[in-house]
Amino acid sequence: MYRYDEFDATFVAERVKQFRDQVARRLAGELTEDEFRPLRLQNGLYLQLHAYMLRIAIPYGSLSSKQLRKLAFIARRYDKGFGHFTTRQNIQFNWPQLDEIPDILAHLAEVEMHAIQTSGNCIRNVTADHFAGVAPDEIEDPRIWAEIIRQWSTLHPEFAFLPRKFKIAVTGASHDRAAVKFHDIGLKMARNEAGEIGFEVIVGGGMGRTPAIGPTIRGFLPKQHLLSYLEAILRVYNLLGRRDNLYKSRIKILVASTGTAEFARLVEEEWARIRDGVLTLPREEVERIERYFNPPAYEKLPVFSPELETAKRGDAAFARWVRTNTHPHKVDGYSIVTVSLKPEGGAPGDASADQMDLIADLADEYSFREVRVTHHQNLVLPNVRKQDLYALWQRLAAVRLAQPNVGFLTDIIACPGLDYCNLANARSIPIAQRIQRRFNDFQRLEEIGELRLNISGCINACGHHHAGNIGILGVDKQGEEFYQITLGGSSKDDSSIGKIVGPAFAIDQVADAVETIVDVYLEKRLSAEERFLETYRRVGLDPFKEKLYGNPQARRPAAE
Amino acid sequence: MSVQIVTANRLRDGAVVYLTATQHWSEEFAASAVFRDDAAAQLALDGAGAAVKARLVVGPYLAEAKETAEGLQPINARERIRASRQPTITVDAGSWTGRIAG
Repeated sequence: MYRYDEFDATFVAERVKQFRDQVARRLAGELTEDEFRPLRLQNGLYLQLHAYMLRIAIPYGSLSSKQLRKLAFIARRYDKGFGHFTTRQNIQFNWPQLDEIPDILAHLAEVEMHAIQTSGNCIRNVTADHFAGVAPDEIEDPRIWAEIIRQWSTLHPEFAFLPRKFKIAVTGASHDRAAVKFHDIGLKMARNEAGEIGFEVIVGGGMGRTPAIGPTIRGFLPKQHLLSYLEAILRVYNLLGRRDNLYKSRIKILVASTGTAEFARLVEEEWARIRDGVLTLPREEVERIERYFNPPAYEKLPVFSPELETAKRGDAAFARWVRTNTHPHKVDGYSIVTVSLKPEGGAPGDASADQMDLIADLADEYSFREVRVTHHQNLVLPNVRKQDLYALWQRLAAVRLAQPNVGFLTDIIACPGLDYCNLANARSIPIAQRIQRRFNDFQRLEEIGELRLNISGCINACGHHHAGNIGILGVDKQGEEFYQITLGGSSKDDSSIGKIVGPAFAIDQVADAVETIVDVYLEKRLSAEERFLETYRRVGLDPFKEKLYGNPQARRPAAE
Repeated sequence: MSVQIVTANRLRDGAVVYLTATQHWSEEFAASAVFRDDAAAQLALDGAGAAVKARLVVGPYLAEAKETAEGLQPINARERIRASRQPTITVDAGSWTGRIAG
C-alpha cells in the first residue's frame, strides 16, 4: 500500500490543526454558519437530518487492517458503534459531535487518513476496481495511477472551485468493475496496436438528475501524459462548465451540449499547449509509486486445494458461499473473498465496530493485512489462500458476515435515504430490508442468478439506481414517500441507463412489485443462463408493465 | 387544520430541536410553540435569529404540523423522521439498534 511521505504527513497534520482552530472559532461565535459551512464541507463534514455526518476518504477503496481498526475505534468512541461504507468506496459516520471532529481527524491522521475533498466542488476521492492488483483479467494495477491522480488532485489550487464536484474512476482490467462510464472521467487501461499500455479516456458520464454514459474522447493516451491530459480536461471544464445553474453544472452537461467531437478538440487543443511540460510523469517517479503496490509475498501453491474441495463436499452452506462470494485470483492457490455487508435485516453497507475489528483481524491472519471497499458497499479480502477459506468462512459466519449473496438480488446498493440524509425524498434502507426479507432464500437467489438492484432516496442517485438492473428511486408526493422503478440499467462494460417502468409505488407495494418483475423474468428467460439484463434487453419493458399495471397504456408514469 | 412550528439543528451536535413557547429549544416535537397564522410564524422565525447568533442552533425554518386528538404531529415524512430523533429502521446486525420510530 502507499505510505505517506513527509509532504503528505505534514499537510494532513496542518489541516487538522487548521480545522481545530476553525471549529473553535465557530463555537466561539467568531465564524457564522455561512462562513463555516464551506470550511466544514472541505473537511467532509455535513449537517444531516439528525446530526453531523463525517465522510472519510478511502483512496481507491484500499484499507490496511490498521486503518480499519482505527475506523472501528472512531465508531465506538465518537459515534454509535457503526459506520456506513458508501458507493464511492468511502466511509461515513452518522453521529459525530462538532466539537469532537478535530480529535477524530487527528486520530485519522495517525493512520494516514483524512476527510479532505470528500465534499465540495473539487476533485473527489479517486475510485478504482476493488479487485485491483489481484484480478486475473488485469492489464496493469490501477492503484498506481489512482495514487498518482490522488497526489496531483489533492489541494490542486486551480481545481479547488470547479463548477461542480468531480469524480474520477480507474480500472486496469478488461472487465469494468469500477463503473468508469458513469464518472466525470473514467480511465480504462488499454493496449495500442504496438502493444504499449495506456488509457482509454472517457468523459462526461454520471448519474444524478441527468444520467449519462460517458463517451470516449481518446482511445489511447500514453501513460506518461496522464496528468497533463487530465489537467487539459479539467481546464476546459473549469472555463466552460456552467456556474449559473446547479443542475447543469456537471461536465456531462458540457460534453453533451458541446458535442463529444468538439469537446475532445478543445481538450486536445489545450493539451497541445501543456503536454511535454512539468506534468509529464518521470519514469523514476512512476516506479517509486509502483513499488508501494508490489505484490505481497505469495506462497507457491498448486491451483487445486484438496482441503478446500473436502470442506466444500462436507458443508453445502460453505460450498454455496465459495460459489458466490469468492473470485478467481491472479496467483495460483489464492482467492479473492467478498465479505457481504448485506445481511437480512441489516442496512446495506453498514458495519459495526466489532465487525470492522474482526475483518481487520482476518485481514492480518489471511490476507496480507489488506482490505478493500467496493462501490457495491461490500468489503473484500483480496489475498486468501484457498486452503484457508473454510476457516475464514466459519469466523465470518459467527458474526453474520457470510451471506452468500454477492451479485444477487439482495446484494442491494442503497444510499442512507431519508433515515439520515437531508437531501432525500424517501427512505432507502427500509425498502432494501423489505426486499431482503422477501427474497431471503439463498437457493432461490442462486436460481434467479445475477441481478443488481440499486435504491436511491432522491434524484441525486447516490444509490446508483440508474445503473441497477432493477432501479428504485424514492420520490416525494405531497410529503409522502413513493418509489419509481426502472429496469435495464447496468454499470458494467455493457453500461446502460434504466427505463421507468410506470407509475410509482407506495412503500408497501415495492417488494410485491420486485417479486412480480422477477416472476416475469423467470417466465420469459430462455434458459437459466440468460441473465435478467439479457432477458430484459430481448423482451423490453412491455411484459413487465403488463404484469405490474395491467394494460400498459392505461396509466402514465406519475413522477417522471 | 395545519399550523406552523419553528425547528432547527443544534450547533454542537446537530440534534433536531424545536422552539418552545418559552423561547427555549427542546428535542421534543410536542413541546413546540404553535403558530396559527403566517405573520406570527414569521415573527417567531425572525426571533430565532437570536439563537443562531447565540450559537445555539443552525438553520431554523418553519415546518407544518397538525393538531390532533393525540396531540401535535408533523405532517410530512421528513418531519416525522426528524421528530423521532432517529432512523425509522431497526437492524439486528451491523449497525443501528434503536427502536422503531412511531
